Amino acid sequence: MISESAKKTSRAAHAPSGRSSDLQGLGEPVLVARGLSKEFRGFQAVSGVDLSVARGSIHALIGPNGAGKTTCFNLLTKFLAPSSGEIIYKGRDITRTKPADVARLGLVRSFQISAVFGRLTVLENVRIALQRRKRGDSFDFWRSERVLHALDGEALALLEEVGLAAYSAAPALSLSYGRKRALEIATTLALDPDMLLLDEPMAGMGREDVEQTASLIRHVSVGRTILMVEHNLSVVAELSDRITVLARGRILAEGDYATISKDPRVVEAYLGARHD
Amino acid sequence: MSDVVQSPASPSSLPDSRAKTPKAIRLYLGVLLGIAAALVALPFAVYPIFLMKVLCFALFALAFNLLLGFGGLLSFGHAAFFGGAAYVSAHAAKVWGLNPEAAIACGALASMGLGVIIGWLAIRRQGIYFAMITLALAQLVYFACLQAKFTGGEDGVQGVPRGHLFGLFNLADDRVLYAMVAAIFMAGLLAILRVIHSPFGQALKAIRENEARATSLGFRVERYKLAVFILSATLAGTAGATKAVVFQLASLTDVHWATSGAVILMTLVGGMGTLFGPIVGAFVVVGMESYLAPFGAWLTIVEGLIFVTCVILFPNGFVGALAKKTAR
Repeated sequence: MISESAKKTSRAAHAPSGRSSDLQGLGEPVLVARGLSKEFRGFQAVSGVDLSVARGSIHALIGPNGAGKTTCFNLLTKFLAPSSGEIIYKGRDITRTKPADVARLGLVRSFQISAVFGRLTVLENVRIALQRRKRGDSFDFWRSERVLHALDGEALALLEEVGLAAYSAAPALSLSYGRKRALEIATTLALDPDMLLLDEPMAGMGREDVEQTASLIRHVSVGRTILMVEHNLSVVAELSDRITVLARGRILAEGDYATISKDPRVVEAYLGARHD
Repeated sequence: MSDVVQSPASPSSLPDSRAKTPKAIRLYLGVLLGIAAALVALPFAVYPIFLMKVLCFALFALAFNLLLGFGGLLSFGHAAFFGGAAYVSAHAAKVWGLNPEAAIACGALASMGLGVIIGWLAIRRQGIYFAMITLALAQLVYFACLQAKFTGGEDGVQGVPRGHLFGLFNLADDRVLYAMVAAIFMAGLLAILRVIHSPFGQALKAIRENEARATSLGFRVERYKLAVFILSATLAGTAGATKAVVFQLASLTDVHWATSGAVILMTLVGGMGTLFGPIVGAFVVVGMESYLAPFGAWLTIVEGLIFVTCVILFPNGFVGALAKKTAR
């Protein structure tokens, strides 16, 4: 496990200019949840969660299986409607906002099972996101798709950034798991979001892919806020500025990794399932 | 890093994604030219009235396939658009005395309006629920057609005048009529191809591939579904309106749920989601109904057997099977 000081230096080395938060401490809250609860037919999956994600930080949401992480995540991304509580993004109440509109505000989520458009090419995958950002809605069914070729250059630049330029013409479903993740990240970056919500970015990955994805996340976190749900505790320790531990739908503890890992309640919650 | 993201790569570093598939494009154009040639040549070999029926249903099936294959929506109520437009265009030609092109346009517009209403209600649900809502609403349209005065109840609207196209060409001549139907069919086909290969079509494909991801990229998925539903309804209406002028008749058969079923069969037999499959499917289904008519009541059984065989042998439809072969 990487020590706290080593972690800070490694992040500073990766992000020499972008992360002012490293110098000034964490920024003001950009995403805030107050009293967030979700009930499924009598089962309280999430109850009274208060969460505050600071601008420019990498914030992790962890917890043992069934702790309500994914439900919490889906509430924040608006893919589920909360039973009660409110969600504020950049000072704006988004509790009743639809998921597509949340994405347009610059709050973009990823999916646990890597979400690519399988039968579109790798280039088209990224281009569809550029198309949304640059053209807004595309209801122009009378125009040739050749107009989209204007976006090819930028899409390719994004693919180059994640090391996929060589595969631009291949259908996305032919990529390996790790490359699909990279494609997903490039697609998300095409939206130039202010904040990313990552749903278990390392799920189902081998060691090498984990390292690559971790460095990708560190890379894209420059100038952005990230909230992620993750099982892999060493990744969480390495990447995050702040960690919130959920258990049985409630917040158990919050703080940086050093604080969290010493908290006896957290140790107890993880007992038997404790990573590494 | 972020300035790398902003600056587009130099054009020379672009892989030519268009050059990737010259073969596919040539095949595509070849098929289109083949269809155009067939439209010209076929009336010399085949009974033109039969051909016109096939073309009307082929356009209907193409419209349905646009919704199913590219919108991912299985409508079980498309007869409402086909039949509804048939009634409106028959009424417009017979009672209002409009020219055929204007009557057909009226029918298509009426279908578009109906598509807005039915689509707006139905796209909130998915899968089987979507199919059931469209079926239920189409049954409402059926009963409206049965009860309304202008539809003539069980008799339908009969004796619709073919009239003069643009007030000039007498459609009583089957060859002129055929030319008009062929032109409408071709225009419909090209319109659908354009929709599929437009920025809108690209968004539709993304939604079809992964709806949740499309949403997370900021696409308001319902609006795209509604838009493709309305387009499909309008084209289905164009087909129905044309059929009313060709056969000088709009009847309850056109709005009956069996017609909704028939168009699903055409699409499945030809190849769902393939571009040209529905045309082949329409040929097969309409052809069977016409040429197997001597079987009388046995027709349904013979048809059923042929369909079962088709689905077992070609699960992707005729065109789907062909495409697989040529891809190899």
